[in-house]
Amino acid sequence: MAHIPLLSLLIWLPIVGSFAVMLTRNDTHKQTARFIAVVISVISLLLCVPLYLNFDTSTALMQFREHLPWIANYGINYDLGVDGISMPMIVLTTLTSLVVILAALRSIKVKIAQYLAAFLLLQGMMVGVFAALDSILFYVFWEGMLIPMYLCIGVWGMENRSYASIKFFLYTFLGSALMLIALIYLGLNSTSFSILSFYALPLTKSMQTWIFFGFLLAFAVKIPMWPVHTWLPDAHTEAPAGGSVVLAALMLKMGVYGFFRFSLPIVPDACRQFQWLMIILSLIAIVYIGFVAIAQTDMKKLIAYSSISHMGFATLGSFMIYEIVRNTGNFRDAYVSLEGAMVQMISHAFSTGAMFFGIGVLYDRLHSRMIKDFGGVAHSMPVFAAFFMLFAMSNVGLPGTSGFVGEFMIIISAFKANIWITFFAASTLIIGATYTLWLYKRVFFGPAVNEKIAALKDISGVEIAIFVILAIPVIFLGVYPQPLLKVFHASVAQILYLSQMTKLG
Amino acid sequence: MLFNLSIKNLSLAIVLLPLLGAIIAGFWGKQLGRTWTHRITILLVGLSFFVSALVCKALFYDHMDGYYGTIYTWAISGGFHFDVGFMIDHLTALMMITVTFISFLVHIYSIGYMEDDKGYQRFFSYISLFTFMMLMLVTANNFMQLYFGWEGVGLVSYLLIGFWFHRESANVGSLKAFIVNRIGDMGFILGIAAILTYFGSMDYLTVFKAAPHLANATMTILPGVHWNVMTLTCLLLFVGAMGKSAQIPLHVWLPESMEGPTPISALIHAATMVTAGVFMVARMSPMFELSQTALSTIIVIGGAGALFTGLLGLVQDDIKRVVAYSTLSQLGYMMVGMGASAFSAGIFHLMTHASFKALLFLAAGSVIVCMHHDQDMRNMGNLKKYMPITYIAFLIGALSLSAIPPFAGFYSKDAIIDAAHLSIIPGAHFAYFCVLLGTFVTGLYSFRAFFMTFHTNERMTEYTRQSLKESPWVIWLPLVILAIPSVLLGCMLAGPMLYSQTGLLGNSVYVAPQYNVLQTMSLDWHGALAMFEHSIYSPAFWFGASGVVTAWLCYVVYPAIPGFFKRHFAWAYFILLNKYGFDAFNERVFAQGSVGLGRWLFYTADAKFIDDFFVNGSGRSAAWFSKVLGRSQSGYLYHYALAMILGLLVLLIVFLLI
Amino acid sequence: MTLFDYLIVGAVLFGLSLAGILINRKNVITLLMCLELMLLAVNMNFIAFSHFLGDLTGQVFVFFILTVAAAESAIGLAILVVLFRNRNTINVDDLNELKG
Repeated sequence: MAHIPLLSLLIWLPIVGSFAVMLTRNDTHKQTARFIAVVISVISLLLCVPLYLNFDTSTALMQFREHLPWIANYGINYDLGVDGISMPMIVLTTLTSLVVILAALRSIKVKIAQYLAAFLLLQGMMVGVFAALDSILFYVFWEGMLIPMYLCIGVWGMENRSYASIKFFLYTFLGSALMLIALIYLGLNSTSFSILSFYALPLTKSMQTWIFFGFLLAFAVKIPMWPVHTWLPDAHTEAPAGGSVVLAALMLKMGVYGFFRFSLPIVPDACRQFQWLMIILSLIAIVYIGFVAIAQTDMKKLIAYSSISHMGFATLGSFMIYEIVRNTGNFRDAYVSLEGAMVQMISHAFSTGAMFFGIGVLYDRLHSRMIKDFGGVAHSMPVFAAFFMLFAMSNVGLPGTSGFVGEFMIIISAFKANIWITFFAASTLIIGATYTLWLYKRVFFGPAVNEKIAALKDISGVEIAIFVILAIPVIFLGVYPQPLLKVFHASVAQILYLSQMTKLG
Repeated sequence: MLFNLSIKNLSLAIVLLPLLGAIIAGFWGKQLGRTWTHRITILLVGLSFFVSALVCKALFYDHMDGYYGTIYTWAISGGFHFDVGFMIDHLTALMMITVTFISFLVHIYSIGYMEDDKGYQRFFSYISLFTFMMLMLVTANNFMQLYFGWEGVGLVSYLLIGFWFHRESANVGSLKAFIVNRIGDMGFILGIAAILTYFGSMDYLTVFKAAPHLANATMTILPGVHWNVMTLTCLLLFVGAMGKSAQIPLHVWLPESMEGPTPISALIHAATMVTAGVFMVARMSPMFELSQTALSTIIVIGGAGALFTGLLGLVQDDIKRVVAYSTLSQLGYMMVGMGASAFSAGIFHLMTHASFKALLFLAAGSVIVCMHHDQDMRNMGNLKKYMPITYIAFLIGALSLSAIPPFAGFYSKDAIIDAAHLSIIPGAHFAYFCVLLGTFVTGLYSFRAFFMTFHTNERMTEYTRQSLKESPWVIWLPLVILAIPSVLLGCMLAGPMLYSQTGLLGNSVYVAPQYNVLQTMSLDWHGALAMFEHSIYSPAFWFGASGVVTAWLCYVVYPAIPGFFKRHFAWAYFILLNKYGFDAFNERVFAQGSVGLGRWLFYTADAKFIDDFFVNGSGRSAAWFSKVLGRSQSGYLYHYALAMILGLLVLLIVFLLI
Repeated sequence: MTLFDYLIVGAVLFGLSLAGILINRKNVITLLMCLELMLLAVNMNFIAFSHFLGDLTGQVFVFFILTVAAAESAIGLAILVVLFRNRNTINVDDLNELKG
């Protein structure tokens, strides 16, 4: 299969497709637009099948490499490839995009062609972010994906959309500007702008520190970590359901992906030095943001805050490794932690994505996101309530659902770092249960509070299909996460190895 | 033979059959209709019970070895294997048969109890699912699977307490149950993390084998503070047990759980799930035995629970709540048994309690059905006339609960009391005092409920009285079946279970020689009959019997006495009515506190400080700065020209000077 | 006459036109005239240098500049007409739309 440029296809097919969709122009050709969009995203998903099947889990080397000179004078190339960390993310991206596009078929009423085009464009860009091995190419995709997302919030959003979209854009842009400086510095000091060449680049302590914080700001805003998280609740609240799903399921993951791809292997000494900062910020995210989530009155905001809290686990798992290795003297335990962070990313995409989608379903019917407007939905929408319960339970980290796997791996390995880290991390068992189930109780249980709720129609057709698509991985990963972990093994080991080296040389 | 009838495959069948039932009832319940749903689930659970019996026979009569092994590897990470596997030994076999037996009967009972309910299929799906989760819990051979079952039963319990989700009280109760359980689970997962850290494995046998080597290891909690690893681990695990087995102070959820349908209260909140903590402590006996501190904590908390939660049962008027408080009290007894290292006695009480408490709950449920879902005992009275089978069933259950010989409860409770008496663990004296006094209280509240319900004058409305009649056979049949072990289980099993050389539990539990109270007690053992004859020398009997008599005096002969106490000990009544203030405290401090903290963090720290001050603040300051700079833009061409010329001049001067 | 004298004349012309631009607050036409004057000052320098350095290129350039200046003033006047039609004023002080 080496001769088929699979990754390029995955990137450019949706982007070209988005222009095709846009050519249908206005809403008179809705059906054509829908058809093209669905076909393209299904093809993309099918392209992931050979990607997965031909993926060699035994090596940490980049696979499916593609290499074309781009700006050869500066050592900038069109360089693509995937390893065990990015491959699952690419599959996740195409799957989520399909779900979002399916969801849009019914819920988006105006400018649907443009909406679908924006998401196809976004899909291509995001695959590009995960597949890029050249730092400038990475940066282009990284920034490029802001545009469709910005438009998505700004055009199809709710009342306060312009505030939210500008906040989203400025926030993320601010972070990535510093990352660009760090990348340029690295590129000029290395032989090329290839990310892999950065891995071998020796760097002084002070330089590592600067680069670390450059990366940190970019990735922390994306994840988002406390205290640069406030754009997320606004963006989520104002975005249409599809936008929220993509934000939660994919965009947040890019921050952690950045830590894996850039911070840990490129500036390991700085990471070691500032691991305490990262651990504290992660714990603040888990505990503080968890409490903030309890106080929410808006369903979307609540889930948004719960996302931040869950992403705290991913960052905790990524940066706890130094402390664990220091305490145990071997890599075994740190490995569990690092893999837990990866699993947490993947599983969070399904459960939170599904919950955002669920709120979208409710919003389509009642045009409200406020918890107080609901109550007793389970009477009129039992199937929907059952699905939502599954995803809520995954959000709570119940064993047997995917949400459990990452949290469990991180919590049990945290004990090797410090008992108090474990304690605060494990407090999510209580806090997470409180906000999620309290939300569930207020929205779904109780008597139907008004006639509109009593008259709600249960989900059907495409909606059920979407929930099933999301429910299968939630349960499968919960019951049998080994296939996923197997994909991670070699690459995570490689990252762990690099992160424990010193580059002071 | 299609299947190889090894213990492993049998156990797989035991565990998976209820799951199959749950899936069928859950996904295709609507298509199957009510009758077929209950037929299929009952058949599958019945099969599961039958296979459990086969396993028991293989283990106890044929003395076959159990099974210890992996079913499949859940995950491998960093060289650690996370497996799903079974550990089938005597303890597991006993638990399996108890769980499937009660579950089977409750399934049958539910046909009658849930007859008119809209969520009939959903209910059967849930209870089958519960059975599966509980079996996963008891069959686990590693801590992760234990945790899976542990949380799984918690989930189903949550779903079932909130089964009638149109009721606000049910929703509050289910939420409370889940969150309080989660507090325990947090301790539990910390314990599991400690185990993985110090033992490097999650498998029971590996951990148990390594445990003695770590008996004196310490770990640093805070700089300068070192704790014994074993003690810390055991205490953390016990926090989990406190949540699940409703020990003080995490007991608050159990009375609220009575909002669920009564079959659930019998199955989950009396017979099986709440005893998971007791089971866990017994299972982990090789670890708990190494930490005197942990055993001491267990015996003190258990003892306190046995007495003080029992007292609360005295002032309840809701028939289910009385039984619920008695469950709390009995769980305390079991924990005392654990703390006194009389694991067999604790598990024995678990089994007898499972049968007589399920009996009591189901009988109470029968009364409730008959009373059109009125649960207030003040509206009952003299029901013996209308429902004789339920009457006798409840009587048997109450006698067994009150430790009246020769009923089952007497043997198990007496063993626990003796064990507490003989135990040398610090705190055992306190526990002995509690369990002894608790026996009196048990007799008192259970017969208070009994007399108020079945004797005394008829206080129900005329409309209700018209329709009073014995429940249908699907309801009374399980009562009759349950009455049998409630009577016989004690005298049949007391010998083999407690006092024989290896005991029915065999090598499943480990007792350190210095704590082995049961061995001391077995010296005085001369058979069940002898024990029955000598019961007049047993303090348990006298305390229990006097409780029964007191109840008779207070509620049948001189009904004025309770009123007298209520008037003259109003403060005590007030304390009991308010459940020692636990609920109020939790409500004010934890519930409102965390919501308040959340609000403060959100509105003040997050929205005002970070978002408004920093984020929008930087936006505002940029806007302000641009305004200030904008003032310099007058819009007049000549100003700009002047600025240009001046700029040129400045540059010229600079270049000239340099 | 030396080159210096010519340059002085050029500088004076330039200074006059600059002062005209800076000080004039009245009329846009005056501004345009000042601009023309400024170009003339430049032309003066070109011619002077061309003459004294013996290079004709400078004088050729002056023709270019004159042409461009003519075109420029034509456009400027056209804008002025449109401006007057729209705003009924060509008073400089009224034209501060670019004010910050």
